[in-house]
Formats: sequence, C-alpha cells, structure tokens
Amino acid sequence: MGEQEKGIIVTLIRPSRGWVSLKLAELWKYRELLYFLTWRDIKVRYKQTVIGAAWAIIQPFFAMVVFSIFFGQLAKIPSDGIPYPIFTYCALLPWQLFAHALNESSNSLVANQGLITKVYFPRLVIPVAPVLAGLVDFCIAFLVLIGMMLYYGIMPTFAIFTIPLFLILAVATALSVGLWLSALNVEYRDVRYTIPFLTQFWLFATPVAYPSSLVPESWRALYGLNPMAGVVEGFRWALLGKADGPGALLTVSVFVVIILLIGGLYYFQRMERTFADVV
Amino acid sequence: MSDIAIRAENLSKLYRIGNRESYKALRDVLSDAISAPFRWFRNLQSAIRNPQSANNYFWALKDISFEVKKGEVIGIIGRNGAGKSTLLKILCRITEPTEGYAKIYGRVGSLLEVGTGFHPELTGRENIYLNGAILGMSKAEINRKFDEIVAFAEVEKFIDTPVKHYSSGMYVRLAFAVAAHLEPEVLLIDEVLAVGDVAFQKKCLEKMGAVAKEGRTVLFVSHNMGAISHLTRLCLWLHNGFLCENGPTRDIISSYLDEGYKKITKWETQSLNNNPIQITHAEIISKSGYFDVKDDLKINIDYIVREPVSGAVVSAIIHASDGASILSTEDIDKNPDFLGRRSPGEYRATVDIPGNWLSSGKFFLRLHSGIIFQSIFDNIEALSFELIETGNPKIRAHKQAYLLPYLDWDIKKAN
Repeated sequence: MGEQEKGIIVTLIRPSRGWVSLKLAELWKYRELLYFLTWRDIKVRYKQTVIGAAWAIIQPFFAMVVFSIFFGQLAKIPSDGIPYPIFTYCALLPWQLFAHALNESSNSLVANQGLITKVYFPRLVIPVAPVLAGLVDFCIAFLVLIGMMLYYGIMPTFAIFTIPLFLILAVATALSVGLWLSALNVEYRDVRYTIPFLTQFWLFATPVAYPSSLVPESWRALYGLNPMAGVVEGFRWALLGKADGPGALLTVSVFVVIILLIGGLYYFQRMERTFADVV
Repeated sequence: MSDIAIRAENLSKLYRIGNRESYKALRDVLSDAISAPFRWFRNLQSAIRNPQSANNYFWALKDISFEVKKGEVIGIIGRNGAGKSTLLKILCRITEPTEGYAKIYGRVGSLLEVGTGFHPELTGRENIYLNGAILGMSKAEINRKFDEIVAFAEVEKFIDTPVKHYSSGMYVRLAFAVAAHLEPEVLLIDEVLAVGDVAFQKKCLEKMGAVAKEGRTVLFVSHNMGAISHLTRLCLWLHNGFLCENGPTRDIISSYLDEGYKKITKWETQSLNNNPIQITHAEIISKSGYFDVKDDLKINIDYIVREPVSGAVVSAIIHASDGASILSTEDIDKNPDFLGRRSPGEYRATVDIPGNWLSSGKFFLRLHSGIIFQSIFDNIEALSFELIETGNPKIRAHKQAYLLPYLDWDIKKAN
C-alpha cells in the first residue's frame, strides 16, 4: 500500500474490504526477502544429517528401485517401450518436487508464525520460498537421470528444451495447491494431517508407475484435470522422446493450474489479513 | 502537513475473546454440524448476519486518534492488556484495524521482538543477512553495515558459529545489533530493552537516543518508566483500549503511576494461566502498620511453579514516583541454586528492604517473573507505598536522592 507523495513513502493503514488486489508489485519489492527465505530453507534442510544433500538423490532413487521391482518386474506394467526404471524415474523427479513442495508450503505459515506475528511483509513470500527451495533437490536428482539416460543410450531430442516449461507447470501446481492449503491450515490444523493422504492418493492418480496410455483414449483429456498427469507426461515426452506429445491432456492441465493458481492467490490474499490474529 | 509523521484517526480493533489461542479444528466444526444441525445452522446464520453478537467480542482498541510530528520520540504506556501492542501491530501492518485508518509518512521499520526469524542452525553471519532482510533491509544495505553490526554486538570471534551455540547474552546482542542498524524514518519499538544485561541495555538506550537525535520518528512501548522518561518528551497513555491521555511525558507518567497504584499494599489474582511460573499473591508489610523510612519493609510474594524450569527468577523492582527504577532485587541473588532448577509447587518468597535506605515519598513496587533473556511471565505493576519521615527531619530532609542510606563513614582527625 506504499505510494509516493512528493518523494516520501506514504503508508495508508485501513481495514480492507471485499476482494483486494493481488499486490504482486509488492511481492516484487520484497524479492530479496524471498531470496533469503529460500536460501534459508535450502541451507537448513540437510543440517545435522550425515549424508546431507545425498538425500535428494536417495529418495527418488529408492522409489525407482521399488517401483521397478514391484510394478515393472512383478506386475509387468507396460512402459510404452521404454526401460521401466528410467520410465518411472523420469516421472518420480517432478513428482517428488511436487509432493515435497506441497507439503512444505502447506505447513509454511504455521511453521513461520513467529515471523507472521512480529513483522510485516507480503505473506505470499512464505509459501513460495519452500517451493523454490525444492528446485535445488530437483537439480541434484536430475544429475542421476542424465546418468541413466547415458546408461540406457537414450538420446534427447530438441524437445528437451521444453523441460523448463514443464518444470514451471509442476511448481505452479504445487504452489497453487500449497496456497489453498497453507491458508486453510492457519485456521484448521486438520489440514496438516490430510496432506500425507492427499499426496498418497494423488500419486496413484498420476501416471508415475504406469503410462497414461493405460487410460482409455476417450478419457485421456479428462485425465488432464489432474495437472500432475500433464506434468509427468510432458517430462516423458521431453526427455525420453515418446512419439506423441501430451496434446489435449496437457492443455486441460494447464487450464486447471491457471484456475487453481489464480483462485489460490485470491483466497490467500483474502485470508492474509487475519493470519496474525488466528495463527 | 509535511511535518507530520504519523496520523491516526479512530483506529479500532475488535478481537474475539480467545481468538489468539484457539484455532478451530475442522473436526469440531463438522461434529457440531452433525450433532446439532439446526442449532449449528441457526448460529451460522446469526453469525453471518451479525458477527458481533454471535460470540464474545471485545475492543482491544477503540477510537484512537493522534498525530506524531517528524523527529518526535513518543512513549506509549499503559497496563498489560491496555492495547499498546495491538496499536503497534496495527501501525506495523501485522494486523488490520477493524475501523479507522492511519497514515504513516516515511519508511517504516518495526521492532516488536529481537531476533525475529533467527534460525539456530545458521551462523551469526547468515542470521544477520536473514534477519536484516526480514526487517526490511536490502542486501546492499546489510553489506554496508555488516562490520558495524558485528562490532556493536561484540561477537566478532563467533560470527561463523551457528547461533545455537551462542550464550543467550550473545544471541540477544546480535539480534539487537541488527535491529539497531535499521534506518527507517519511522521506527516502532515494543519493549525490546527488557532483554540483555545492564551494560548492553545502556548501550541500546544510547543508540536509541542517537536515533532520535538524527531526526527520526520513534514510537516506543515500554514498561520501563525510567527509559520512557529518559528518552521521550511526549507520551500516549492507553487504558482498556482507549486513549486516556496524550501530552508531556513527565505529567503523564506521574498521573499514570498515581492512577495505577493508589497505595495498594496487597495484590492477588484469581485468573490462573499456564505459564511455568505465576505470581498469585503479593503484599508489602511493615511492622508498625504505616511505612516509616526507618523501618524494614517486608515483601511477600507467593508464586506457583507449574513445571520444572531453569534460569527462572522472581524479582522485585522499586520505582520512584517519577518512574525511575531505583532498586531491583531477585530471589536468586543469594540463592543461586534456584537458577539451576525449580521444581513444581507453591512457593512463598520473602525479602526485607532495610530501613533508612529509601528517602521519604511515594514508591511503586513492580513484581516480575520470567526466564532471564528469554521470557517474561509476570510483570505486575500493582503495589505502591508511601514512606514517611518520623525522625529528626534535619538529618535527612535536605538530602536530594532516592537512596539515603546510613553508611559507615570513617572519620579521622589528620592533625
């Protein structure tokens, strides 16, 4: 709410009513704080662990091993002609980024209540920081994927340059859900307990362990209502060069994310004014 | 217009009782809805139509209007729960007013707590940057002031050690040092001087005095009447959410103390909280029934320890009528074992203030319990007494000091 009046900043403090603006300009003004909070989350995450950042590799790697044994070897789930381990690891990368970011960001407001009740800054910074911090883990785990691509002799096509777009989609999905849940969590602490279930169910609803081609063709676009389906299929297409792009499914996913994100931003902004009183 | 720094018009804040502690569990909302659907629905309807009547609400602040000129240092005083912190929180934009508005001209910095956002795992250096950013400094600004901050905090040797290994004194010094180097045009401060050792408190007071001299506007909430009268010329006095008085500090402090402590020598509370320590009863006793400067004063403090605590103290502070704190004594002064650990139970602490120490006049007794450098559980400003002179007035009446003890002079004739 800062405005310039003859060179001095004037802050007007008054009750806000109805739907306020998103104040994204203010978020930009506080970008250094966002940077420092992200940096803090990265620094602190693996403090006092023995193997440190290796956790970022171990988690998706072992998930891949387990999935390969049970789904790939025993259940013989098809993988569109791609070796099963790399097929699933390629999906586990964005999935872990999403699941971790969702969890951290949903709990972020409650975890940072000391800040919220003592200092003013755009509250939006708080759920955004852990999502960005998750990208570091993603990059570390991505190195393993490169190694696996060399091992299986998979040459990336030009489609690999679209990876950042799918990454943005994954981050936006996590953030949009995280915004809703973090704001809800301030008032209803139940949210914290529902997140493990939510991510578990969501994992099965997402083509991580199986290809989306198992879903009947006519339902495929509808499947895109789960934005992570779009992300995962996008990753496979961009990295492993599957023949057909995700097309209709992806389009649906993008729309869902945009709606969720804008809705989440407004909901968050509307709840923001009472955070300090309720948390 | 241009010399105004803060203008507040009818600022009001409505809180629901218990709002701060109780967040709802979705389970409760659902089970209410299931067990008594009609009542729940009716409540919901009335809550929507008329939010005030649905629950117990109270005005933490009501119609506060004032103006602060640029470069002015203003103190805010009032009893616990008078609305001081709420006012500050509104001006810092941490919480929104329910009604009214305020305009602040200039960059605002706030200091409601030292060390906000400090992370124990990060080093001193890292925490300076993090805390600085949280308080609103830019990275360039922190770079520029970094050495100054470290020197002020006196932690040069430990700057790359995680702050969880710091002593509590070092921690507080570092935290205050970052905050003290904020350079906003308007600075809002809440009771931060209550931490740190005496030497450091003095340094902080000097720093704040210097800030004021640079022409910045400061709003300063404190229980420390000495600090208020030392630092401020003007004062706001809040009482039960209303602005009681607004004017020169000297007048306001004396009427505040008068109002607050109408010679009450006994205090007790029925409302129990969950703090590890709570003072429940206190009394000032003199053997003659009135308070003679010659007689010992006995102070009884009853308190409950609810859980084992370490580092805790119960203290008695005597203030003169102008607010200066002239004597502070703690129950651990001669019983250092209590500093280690106090086991749960009910306690009575008694201390004698020797006769012929204080001058005649009005005094106020403040009782305090807390953990050194960490938390304050009680800060009770409820007791007062007036000492009267009954002996030979010639010996003492001409002396101008708070303390008039009889000390052992050694007098020898030199020739």
